[in-house]
Amino acid sequence: MISTNQHLTSSTTNSFIGMNEAITLKKLITNQSIKIENLDVYIEDQHILKDINLTIPEKSITCIIGPSGCGKSTFLKTLNRMHDESPEVKISGKVFVDDENIYGPHVNVIDTRKKMGLLAQRPCPLPMSIFENVAYGPRIHGIKRRKAVNQTVIQYLQYVGLWDEVRDRVRTSATRLSIGQQQRLCLARGLAIEPEYILGDEATSALDPLSTKKIEELFVKLKEKYTIILVTHTLRQAKRIADHIIFMYMGKIIEAGPTEEFFNNPKKQLTKDYLSGSFS
Amino acid sequence: MKHLEEKIFKVIMICAAMIILGVLVYIIATVFYRGLPSLTLDMITKLPGGGFYLGKEGGVLNAIVGSLYIIIGSLAISILISVPLVMYINFYLPAKSIFSSLIRFSLDILFGIPSIVYGAFGFALMIFLGVRASLLGGILTVAMLIMPIMMRSFDEITRLLSHELPDALLSLGATKYEMVKVIMKQLMPGLVTAILLAIGRGIGDAATVLFTAGYTDNIPASLNQPAATLPLSIFFQLGSPVEEVQNRAYASAIILTVIILILSFSARYFSSRFSKNKI
Amino acid sequence: MRRLRAAKDKTARYIMLGIAIFTILFLLAIGLSLFFKALPIIREKNLWVLLTSADWKPFKGKFGFLPFILSTFYVSLIAIIIALPFSILTSIYLNSYASKSVKRLFEPVVDLLSGIPPIIYGVWGTLTIVPLIANKIATKFVEYSTGYTVLAGGVVLAVMIIPLLISIMVEVFRSIPKEMTDASLSMGATKWQTVKRVILRKSVSGIIAATVLALSRAFGETMAVLMVCGNITQIPHSIFDACYPLPALIANNYGEMLSMPNYESALMFSAFLLFIIVVLFNGLSRFTLNQIERRYQF
Ligand SMILES: Nc1ncnc2c1ncn2[C@@H]1O[C@H](COP(=O)(O)OP(=O)(O)O)[C@@H](O)[C@H]1O
Ligand SMILES: [Mg+2]
Repeated sequence: MISTNQHLTSSTTNSFIGMNEAITLKKLITNQSIKIENLDVYIEDQHILKDINLTIPEKSITCIIGPSGCGKSTFLKTLNRMHDESPEVKISGKVFVDDENIYGPHVNVIDTRKKMGLLAQRPCPLPMSIFENVAYGPRIHGIKRRKAVNQTVIQYLQYVGLWDEVRDRVRTSATRLSIGQQQRLCLARGLAIEPEYILGDEATSALDPLSTKKIEELFVKLKEKYTIILVTHTLRQAKRIADHIIFMYMGKIIEAGPTEEFFNNPKKQLTKDYLSGSFS
Repeated sequence: MKHLEEKIFKVIMICAAMIILGVLVYIIATVFYRGLPSLTLDMITKLPGGGFYLGKEGGVLNAIVGSLYIIIGSLAISILISVPLVMYINFYLPAKSIFSSLIRFSLDILFGIPSIVYGAFGFALMIFLGVRASLLGGILTVAMLIMPIMMRSFDEITRLLSHELPDALLSLGATKYEMVKVIMKQLMPGLVTAILLAIGRGIGDAATVLFTAGYTDNIPASLNQPAATLPLSIFFQLGSPVEEVQNRAYASAIILTVIILILSFSARYFSSRFSKNKI
Repeated sequence: MRRLRAAKDKTARYIMLGIAIFTILFLLAIGLSLFFKALPIIREKNLWVLLTSADWKPFKGKFGFLPFILSTFYVSLIAIIIALPFSILTSIYLNSYASKSVKRLFEPVVDLLSGIPPIIYGVWGTLTIVPLIANKIATKFVEYSTGYTVLAGGVVLAVMIIPLLISIMVEVFRSIPKEMTDASLSMGATKWQTVKRVILRKSVSGIIAATVLALSRAFGETMAVLMVCGNITQIPHSIFDACYPLPALIANNYGEMLSMPNYESALMFSAFLLFIIVVLFNGLSRFTLNQIERRYQF
């Protein structure tokens, strides 16, 4: 286990020099962060998210916890404008990403989604080969040269530690991978569009403990370069990898803060109750 | 660039949809435009008089009543067979049994058999049984045609029924037969939808009755007399060289179209009670 | 009392089982009886000759079905060629772009198109399509055409199979899990890119199955085609020639002149031919469609 990881990191550091440079460059230009002001979301006249005000720190992992149905997924989708696909969802308020309100009048939805990579709860390979899955993003965003596409695909498959497992069958259907491999594939696919943020919606809930561990390690590695927001279904996972915690309940943010402080010294009664497991 | 392609295709798609809508309107408008001048009350209240096929007076009451008789008879037969069958595959057979898949598969295939083949088969069967082209022959053949339609649509609706009520009834100690009797009440609107669809198909089909029902200017008085039908009446009148007769064919086409429109909309009304939209 | 109830239940069960078996046997019975009716002519002539000879002179005992088979095939092919693009585009539109109200408008449109009887399509075809071809279209390509042509049959048939194609395709598109299209969209793909690269790709087998099903429907369609296609026994050489499909042959001749030797058997042979093709095509496509439906039932 450890040896494969070492192998993984050593092989990726080599191939990622180019990308590192690009990302540091981006960092110099922009000051990545997410700032949310007075966000309200209604679905079919139900008030799902209520007056959310929040700042999410850059280059770190922020975990959102809360009982099922409290609006975590809905919140995550507001960050990459996936709600645009559902006419029954009404959104008001402002979401600043890199100082630009993504709900402003002249925002390009496509660019916003490209910037905010969303990783779904259940891995969902597209109906094509492993290779095509990872190549999908670069291709739709206009990279045509085969060499460049090939290189990108291999890079990101290596980065998520999948390359060695699938190198002989990258041209076969992606649905034949195990569910843990599928989730890493989806992560590689999401990273290949070169987002600046990663949004994960219970991305490990469908996985076995070993695959979960792999993905968690990946996230920890990724936070060097990306701002990561994860919805998680287990408090333990939040404790393990989060730098910051947001606790939601019935569409409201009850408490938010650094992980240590949140777990050791919660301020609200509701938070204490939740952490002690009196409801979930 | 990629947005341009999307926009172009979106325009093409909307055009395609509009053309389809337009064709429907065009068909109905054509029939009404050509038939309306000749559509008189006589058309639906009178039998063909002497010289009707030369343009003299009369109506197509014979065809309307004939079609009605045939559809009522074939409905009776197919309801008697469809309802037990659908209940059987849904509530008697295990949920994923091979037998029920086999039955459903046969229904799918029976559904796809062209009406002319049913017509030919029906006629061959009638020769074998020594039955002349008659009301009875028409009823039997149309029943073959509409049975699979009824079974499939009724089955589709029955499958949507949740299993709570059946389970609750069974756990109360009802036999399956008693359970089915209660459930049938709930499924009534579904059965009505299936019946309306079947009527629509059966009443408009000419190829099944072409050899089997015969044709007559009178209203059949018994099962072994020939019976006229609306689609055939349209077909034969159209074949006439006399213009008045042709015009009356268009008027008869209006009658048939209106019947179909009413049937289609009422079927939609009843099926909307089951929240499965088709598109 | 309890025994009476149990007896009722049991009787009902046996009756139902009987009906179920009857339904399956019914299919078999149709096939077999058509086959046995067709057997005399298959015995007398060579099957190969029946299928490939173009010589149709029933009075002289010559039964070459090629003109009818080719007519059926050409008319259906034209119908599919016309209907397919319309149906695919409209189904994509309804599935991925249309608002709820447009979708709601189209449900009855599709219903009505599939509910209109063949005879009405025939009336419409003779009133509009036939003169259009005779006066406007054919004149550009050939010297003279009555309008009662392969093309007319194809156009009318196309309109008739469009509702079938649309309702199956919409069903096929809808069976694609939303997560999959969401995955594509959330990577910044446009709707159209998602349609092209995910939805259509995932639906290939469904679209093929729908096409085969529509084709088999087209093969068997009788009255509407009969009214517009001319009914002249010949191998059509262009879409502006008249033709004579199998169902029209049966409809026009069955029930009359059955005293002629082998004539009835010949007509039954065409019915049997239709039956076999339709059962095969239907079976294949329904099987595929059932698989697709099952794959996405979680
Ligand atoms: N498309 C929708 N239509 C109606 N209600 C929805 C829809 N999506 C989410 N909801 C409602 O919004 C609330 C929050 O859902 P969600 O964000 O999925 O919760 P979580 O991810 O925290 O479990 C739930 O009460 C859910 O019923
Ligand atoms: Mg959720």
